[in-house]
Amino acid sequence: MQVFPQKNRSRGNALSVSFYQKLYLIRRVEERIRDLYGEDEMKTPMHMSRGGEAIAAGVLEAVGSKSQVFGTYRSHALYLAKTQETDKFFAEMYGKATGVAKGKGGSMHIAFPEAGFMMTSAVVGTTIPVAVGAALANAYKKNGKLVVSFFGDGALNEGVFWESLNFACVKKLPVLFVCEDNDFAIHSRVQHRAGHKPIAEVVSTFYCHTGESATTDVHEIYEKTKDMIEKMRVSGMPGFLHFKYYRYLEHVGVNEDFEAGYRSRKEMLPWLERDPVTLQRKRLLKIGLKEKEIADAERSINQQIEKSIEKAKKAPFPAKSEYKTDVYAE
Amino acid sequence: MPNKVASPKRITYVEAIALSLAQEMERDPSVFVYGLDVTDHKKIFGSTKGLEKFPEKRFFETPLAEDAMTGVGLGAALNGLRPVHVHIRVDFLLLAMNQLANMIAPAHFGSGGKLKVPLVIRAVIGRGWGQAFQHSKSLQSIFAHIPGLVVVMPSNAYDVKGLLASAIRSDNPVIFLEHRWLYWMEGKVPVKPYTIPFGKAKVVRKGKDVTVVATSWMNVEAYKAAEILEKKQGVQVEIIDPRTIYPLDEAAIVRSVQKTGHLIVADYDWEFCGFSAEVAALISEKCFGILKSPVTRIAFPHTQCATTRPLENEFYPNAVDIIRAIEKKLKLKPTNLKGEEFYSWENRFKGPF
Repeated sequence: MQVFPQKNRSRGNALSVSFYQKLYLIRRVEERIRDLYGEDEMKTPMHMSRGGEAIAAGVLEAVGSKSQVFGTYRSHALYLAKTQETDKFFAEMYGKATGVAKGKGGSMHIAFPEAGFMMTSAVVGTTIPVAVGAALANAYKKNGKLVVSFFGDGALNEGVFWESLNFACVKKLPVLFVCEDNDFAIHSRVQHRAGHKPIAEVVSTFYCHTGESATTDVHEIYEKTKDMIEKMRVSGMPGFLHFKYYRYLEHVGVNEDFEAGYRSRKEMLPWLERDPVTLQRKRLLKIGLKEKEIADAERSINQQIEKSIEKAKKAPFPAKSEYKTDVYAE
Repeated sequence: MPNKVASPKRITYVEAIALSLAQEMERDPSVFVYGLDVTDHKKIFGSTKGLEKFPEKRFFETPLAEDAMTGVGLGAALNGLRPVHVHIRVDFLLLAMNQLANMIAPAHFGSGGKLKVPLVIRAVIGRGWGQAFQHSKSLQSIFAHIPGLVVVMPSNAYDVKGLLASAIRSDNPVIFLEHRWLYWMEGKVPVKPYTIPFGKAKVVRKGKDVTVVATSWMNVEAYKAAEILEKKQGVQVEIIDPRTIYPLDEAAIVRSVQKTGHLIVADYDWEFCGFSAEVAALISEKCFGILKSPVTRIAFPHTQCATTRPLENEFYPNAVDIIRAIEKKLKLKPTNLKGEEFYSWENRFKGPF
């Protein structure tokens, strides 16, 4: 996807432009989901990435396109950052035969293994050991591929996180654990769930590298990740990164939920002030891009998305016989 | 290991497992074996003996973390390896039910057929010696209930070697259940690698009077019962070993019942909601008009297995139970069992059927 006109830009500026494309794509895709969800044609529970876009975009840029990624039920941002593909994405949301999993997966199980976006899951923590196993296979084959395992802070309470971290450290596997921490496990805050010191401190007692940040700046997330994988490359040990962000919308669904009473809009305001997408747009203006250039690029992303939505709506549902296929591999 | 000889050789069930593992690892560099205690001096009752010749990455022990280690198998399988995960007791596999039921079983389906899971999970089942309720289960009914899993229960040395090779070469996740007492059983086993297709039952013994569908160790008990009944009552018992619980060779069972008109299901698992109920339902649907007696089920009662020997003996069904059930079905006088020897921990079964 080339939505900004090609120019001779410095490496840093080219990166800024590329980041913005991804951040805007993710933001816009989810805005359109919010607009259209009420039509009740996308019959799949939506766990929105809104507010956390920079983590997906920054980390995935740093680890490179050959890396393999595992995610959670909240993985729209990861999918789009990894693939920048919207046809199969929307078709999957609409449950159509042209979807990435023929509609069998939906939003909570979105994956694109051909592109290295391996698997997501609707049960908290459950892709973490799978990512570690994928890393074991990469080490076994000595193919140099890095695996990134994304999960939320709720997963830190699951035994399987600790089992997986421990095994990855025992075997010195090329896996980067990325905790996207929005402070809530559904609606439960960390003080009700964590009987331990800050997570990066606890994990640092394992034989791995750790890092943490509360930034919303995609460049800082990118740099932090770059540093981490360099450390991992030198030592051969796994890495753990802890990123704070704020989930703007409800746990599941496309709306805000400040009226529910478990959190206040006031709490979101400081995060909104440094919203990752707005922040990056400002950066583009600062490094000399014209408002019109940016608006044109946004328009062409919008067009890509509208085309994908249109195609998805028109696409056929899978044949009814598909409900019994793919249970076993031939 | 009997690699030197090419002709079939009498080896034990456990030797057949070890031989099959070694041969598959030699054939395909993507096969690896891992699990708790697989590399120690006991080598899972000897079933992983000889694998120490492979490099560590292909044969390694793990932390006590059944849940994560099962997920690791899934991840390695997704990336093109063929892991064989070993559990010395099937009961420990319950710690990994999330990975089995939520991740491994639906992976192929949920990705629209893109992800493949060539993973084998070996687990030792059944009766030991005072093993009570946490080291004695079989659980094939639970595993077979979940679409996406293949469930295999080899009952002899020949089958275990071929079925294990098939399991390792399969692109589907396979639960491979091995009864502890079968490990001593000897059989004629070709040294050359071979496979046995899933979903093909074996007629262990031909007969015209009554059909016994037996799983795993119950084949040994059924065979003993059949020998005694033939000798003392002139009754011919046909024994069908399904070998794979899923896929199930329904046709072979139906064919036999069409011939005999009588069916006993001798299953090595709990009776309630178990595999025996599945077979009974199958025969009710397919052979309703021709049954000469209602289907009889012989399986674990709806209770837990005790440690103490007299209660343990009550829990596990055996050849005598099968004999008595057949007598009732065929309206025979009670067979005199005086002088007959039955199997126990001390009186091991060794020969082929």
